[in-house]
Amino acid sequence: MMAGVEPEGGAGAAAAGGGGERWRAIGRSVLLTLTPVVLALVVAGLILVAVGVDPLTYYAYVVDRGLFSWLGLQETITRMAPLLLLGASLIVAFRAGIWNLGIDGQFLLAAVLVAALAPPMAQALPQWVVLPVCILVAAAAGAAWSLLPALLKAYQQVNEIITTLMMTFLGTSFANVLVKLFFRDPDTTVPQTRTLPVEDRIPRLFDTTINSGVILALIAVLVVHVVMTRTAFGLRLRTVGANPKAAVHAGLSVPRLTVATFAISAALAGAAGAVEILGVWGNVRADWNPGYGLAIIPLVFLARFNGYAVIAFVFAFSVLSIGGESASRRLGVPHFYILVLVALLLIFLAMVEYIDHRRRQAKSVS
Amino acid sequence: MARDSAAAAVDSEDAAAPVSAATVELRGITKRFPGVVANQDVDLTIRPGEVHALLGENGAGKSTLISMLAGLLQPDEGEIRVDGRSVVIDSPRRALQLGIGTVFQHVMLVPTLTVAENLMLGGPWWRRPDRDAVVRRFTEMAAAFGIDVDPDAVTGQLSLGEQQQVEIIRALWRGEGVLVLDEPTSMLTPKGIERLGALMRRLTARGIGVVFITHKLKEAFDFGDRVSVLRLGRMVGEIPPETLRGLDEKTATDRIIALMFGHPETPEADTPVERAAAIEGGRMTRRNPVDPRAPEVLAVEDVTLERPEGRPYVDGVSFAARRGEILGIAGIDGNGQKQLAEILSGQRRPDRGTIRLDGRAIERLGVPERHKAGLRYVTDDRLGEGTVAPFPVELNLVIKQIGEPPFWSGGMARAGAIQDHAEDLVEDYDVRTPSTRTPIGRLSGGNIQKTLLARELHGRAKAVIYNKPTYGLDLNNIRSARARIRDAADAGVATVLISTDLDELMELSDRIAVMLRGRLTGIVDNGPDARRRIAELMTGVDRP
Repeated sequence: MMAGVEPEGGAGAAAAGGGGERWRAIGRSVLLTLTPVVLALVVAGLILVAVGVDPLTYYAYVVDRGLFSWLGLQETITRMAPLLLLGASLIVAFRAGIWNLGIDGQFLLAAVLVAALAPPMAQALPQWVVLPVCILVAAAAGAAWSLLPALLKAYQQVNEIITTLMMTFLGTSFANVLVKLFFRDPDTTVPQTRTLPVEDRIPRLFDTTINSGVILALIAVLVVHVVMTRTAFGLRLRTVGANPKAAVHAGLSVPRLTVATFAISAALAGAAGAVEILGVWGNVRADWNPGYGLAIIPLVFLARFNGYAVIAFVFAFSVLSIGGESASRRLGVPHFYILVLVALLLIFLAMVEYIDHRRRQAKSVS
Repeated sequence: MARDSAAAAVDSEDAAAPVSAATVELRGITKRFPGVVANQDVDLTIRPGEVHALLGENGAGKSTLISMLAGLLQPDEGEIRVDGRSVVIDSPRRALQLGIGTVFQHVMLVPTLTVAENLMLGGPWWRRPDRDAVVRRFTEMAAAFGIDVDPDAVTGQLSLGEQQQVEIIRALWRGEGVLVLDEPTSMLTPKGIERLGALMRRLTARGIGVVFITHKLKEAFDFGDRVSVLRLGRMVGEIPPETLRGLDEKTATDRIIALMFGHPETPEADTPVERAAAIEGGRMTRRNPVDPRAPEVLAVEDVTLERPEGRPYVDGVSFAARRGEILGIAGIDGNGQKQLAEILSGQRRPDRGTIRLDGRAIERLGVPERHKAGLRYVTDDRLGEGTVAPFPVELNLVIKQIGEPPFWSGGMARAGAIQDHAEDLVEDYDVRTPSTRTPIGRLSGGNIQKTLLARELHGRAKAVIYNKPTYGLDLNNIRSARARIRDAADAGVATVLISTDLDELMELSDRIAVMLRGRLTGIVDNGPDARRRIAELMTGVDRP
């Protein structure tokens, strides 16, 4: 079903420019994006009514806590950092036609390695060495975890949806094993890694609780967007994604570009893990798995692989999820209700996409 | 071969079959796909009690035609009539209701189910399938058709021939009207082919009309009562039973070859054919003869591409094309032409052999380097390979130059340069597109081909390889594409023209080579005697 979603920028993105056609296209994609959002909010509201909660109160509370309270807003922005990096990871992969659904495994393994590496390093080395090295190690770890699916896809055409999902199962368990057996902090009773002291973490922005990882993440999304839409390298990846046969015809090395796509995508996922550990948690507890990957996939689709739209959706999602966490305590709506909302979004997205596709087909026939 | 037309009477046992022995007519059927016209103005009549052999090469439009009979596709123009009544076949179910059963080239049975279970599929979901009734009917039909297959056998364990027989029974399950067999012999052993022939005769004896699709001349002659030939989406001729019966095998196959590969006497009165005829008659030459001392621009020596088993795809091919020369390569599809073109363009590495462009060895260069050096390739798969459908026209025009100046600088796209370049080419090559940003997949086949020609011919093209450059185009676009090819050659481009259309080769080429089973079996100078010699080289092995 999702295969029908086309990147909005895929067609005309390499060439910026004016003209009514461009504005019409933008208007169309805004309509295609907002319609499912509104429908999802309405239907989710009906579900709230069914369980006896006033949806307006709920939404108002969520927005109030996630957006309009200063503490909530800081939390919201902090939450955006890993999501944005994961979004960047998926933009690369999806635009290149690679369904890297293994970002959770790549994220988690990188997070564990960084959690193990950072505290001892911080004792010996200055912060400006520790943080970049840790992020690079995390990126390398993420990329390494995608190597097997990448090679299988590039040289044997093995479906990467299956292999990356399987690598996520393995990666999640492996991360657990690492925490429990090798990186366990001997001074605590719960199995977890040693904790990175707050002063050694990613510096905070001004006087807030927001760590500057979010700046890194924003830059990553913007760079990825520009690379994919404006550069020769991005066009090569998109060509492979859109039509591998045409890529061969144009002389591109499809296997090499496939491996490169996996590596970049998984490295960004790994960096997300590093930012989350170095910026927020300072350690990894056994069985910790925030499952950001599964949450971000629908958002990236909704954004039609467009970097700017991903930033907007990640912000909205963070508001919902931070506000939703407060609301679940106050109004008795389960925390995972936010996931219901996202699921509805996805369903309506697919429906709107399908209707639009049919309409356009009908038009092109007549 | 006695045909019993009396058996065309309605079979009294056939209670479940309201339709029997229908005459199915296709009238003026046209079907277009993005990029190609698959069928153009096709007329075909399927008569009860007759095996109608439908011949044509790959891509001639046979599969499209039967997909419309089977209810999988709808014609864009024209109508289908059953017993004189105009019908719309909008689903496979409707086709079966009308008594039109189709057996596709590849087996469509569930291999893990038994024969009877396969036949029970497709009933209404709320009703429990009546196994006994199914087995009874299967046994009845099998006996009537002379088929011996156990209804309780697991389908995947049957031979391909037996599976095909099951499919034939399934196709006629709802009524013995018309049976369409899409290249049914392609997966059979010679023995199996014999058996299928006998089965078709028994079916026609019961009054069933059979459409027998093949690209093998001998089978068409052996099993067909009537032979029709599809070429490039058009019906180019039909040999009725009265005539066919009176011909011996040699004469009949000659007639069919003439239809398949074009013949000056075919009623197509368009310019290319007249030109080809005129060249053949020695009344005109293509243009000024190529200087025999002109330098060899593209020289290929001993190029070979092995295949894991069996004879090589391309086997020791050597030739040279001079400056301004058009060297045609004729041959039936699938004799290694595509692989040869891909080796020359740099998409594939040959196992051995040398390729020289202006004397410089280029076999180690990739596609972009060869493109830059002036070696260009116009692929036959213009939508599947030549272009990226969702990308705009302007990007497709530079897709072989990604990263190169002036369109990219420092790795960044220069949108203005790309657009200006596209606007120039769109105008020069008369590409009809709403804008240079329109996704190329939305253009017609003729305009996509113009875009490809623009991409490959612009700049300093020295040698161009065309693979079936006019396949699937309408007449106007065929004409303009051929004019481009000729003009480019006149301007000095060494041209290799791969085509299955002999008229095209005769019209354009200076010399014509014939490719058969990966080898170049001969090169003849184009002229009055060329057609006969090419047809011999081309079909020699296909003859019985």
